[in-house]
Amino acid sequence: MTSLIELDGISHSYGGPTVLEHVHLTIDEGSFLGVIGPSGSGKTTLLRLVLGNLRPTEGEVRRRANLRIAYVPQVETVNWNFPITVSEVVLMAAAAKWYRPRATESERKRVAELLEQLGLGGFEHRHIRELSGGQQQRVFLARALHRDPELLVLDEPTSGVDVRTRHEVVHLLTDLHRNGTSVVLSTHDINGLAAHLPLIACVNRELIAVGSPAEVLTSSVLERTYGAPMEVLEHGGMLLVTDSPMGIE
Amino acid sequence: MTLFEPFQFEFFRNGFMVATLAGAICGLVGVYVVLRSMSYIGHGLSHSIFGGAAASAVLGVNFYLGAGMWGLLSALMIGRVARRGKIGADAAIGVITTASFALGLALSNVFGQARRSIEAVLFGSILGVTMLEVLAVACVGLLAVAIICAFYRKLLFATFDPEVADVTGVNVGRMEALLMLMLAVTILFTMKIVGVLLISALLVTPAVIARMVTDSFARMLVIAPLVGAACGAVGMVISYHADISSGASIILLAAFVFIVVYTVTGARGRGNAGGMIH
Repeated sequence: MTSLIELDGISHSYGGPTVLEHVHLTIDEGSFLGVIGPSGSGKTTLLRLVLGNLRPTEGEVRRRANLRIAYVPQVETVNWNFPITVSEVVLMAAAAKWYRPRATESERKRVAELLEQLGLGGFEHRHIRELSGGQQQRVFLARALHRDPELLVLDEPTSGVDVRTRHEVVHLLTDLHRNGTSVVLSTHDINGLAAHLPLIACVNRELIAVGSPAEVLTSSVLERTYGAPMEVLEHGGMLLVTDSPMGIE
Repeated sequence: MTLFEPFQFEFFRNGFMVATLAGAICGLVGVYVVLRSMSYIGHGLSHSIFGGAAASAVLGVNFYLGAGMWGLLSALMIGRVARRGKIGADAAIGVITTASFALGLALSNVFGQARRSIEAVLFGSILGVTMLEVLAVACVGLLAVAIICAFYRKLLFATFDPEVADVTGVNVGRMEALLMLMLAVTILFTMKIVGVLLISALLVTPAVIARMVTDSFARMLVIAPLVGAACGAVGMVISYHADISSGASIILLAAFVFIVVYTVTGARGRGNAGGMIH
């Protein structure tokens, strides 16, 4: 299996305390990796190092040459009042190589196809503020897919969305992965998202464990990751993580 | 006294053309300024350029060259200090640009620049605008339009979502430097008419007005320069007839248009401009 990105003993700090320490992680072609950890554990920093937005203060990040990466940020970080339509957001993906202010006919066609594929057909001229949470997430996914990425990186893709939208996002990502796109995402949602992924990395300033849900979702690993006692239950063949099992009647 | 009486004077015709062009350019560049929440930097840069203008006068360096370099240097310093993350961009602007402004004031006092000259720089003056300056402002306008057309998508991406733009291959640092350069040159060539203290209002107000009436970025880039140009042109005529400084009349008119649009567009307009009007 070819590796797309290798993090070799990387550490990072923003000028103060170290946020990530001595992380060794390989993202292989065909990976579907979820990064979990508490708030402030360094999940977003890890993603930004993978993306190349940040340079490690120690260690080395090796990327396969000409690797096409696309990124879907947290929807909470987007300025929804920005005067921009759905198609303009998707067209941004080609910004680096186009100097023409207006989109060509073939570009418009490609945008329409992508939006159709993601169930947003006919939404091209809508302002992004007019969409529901799930639709907004899919617009940013469409922008990422416009690049035809080999590696798709998503920061908290199900944060702040309802259960139905979460299911939609999980199905979309599963389909993309099945079609050959490698996926790396960060999430707080262990039961709704991480437990369904083939590979999980637990992070809390350091890489605590990497493996399948059965290997990683254990009380001892989760306690080391979150710093609090957590129980893992099995229900219908699925693992369920809870921090207060005694509270459930 | 007729409405068109001032147009018989060459100084007024030149001032009128510069004010109209200045309004249009400030409106155009202002779209990026307000959408990037950089309103304070426009204010700071104009103060900084005042320091550069005074230093240029003392050193006998060409005004546009000296003040322009000073302004650009200040903008780059602000960016560098802010990127280090120890202090915020607003604090960096506050320290660097007001220090520059104070230096300009001190140099003017020590080297005896006329009080009237300082007032003209601070509040704007239509006196002494030459045809060469009209052409220079027109060239700045053409340059701004050319840059925006050539880098339309990159500037839009870097303004809307700089982190993802960076991953997608847009050189966000270069786009930011280009915007800073456009902003510094715009302020430099238009501050003579509007004045150091009021230029930031001409950068911000037309863009906010445009935002209140449209939800489209492309349309904002058309409406804001039109509003700015109209305020510049009509403001100049008011300035002559009311015998008040050109900067004050242009900005008061822009503020009046803002109030009218704010009232007429109601909740929709205020919603559009959410985050710009606090």
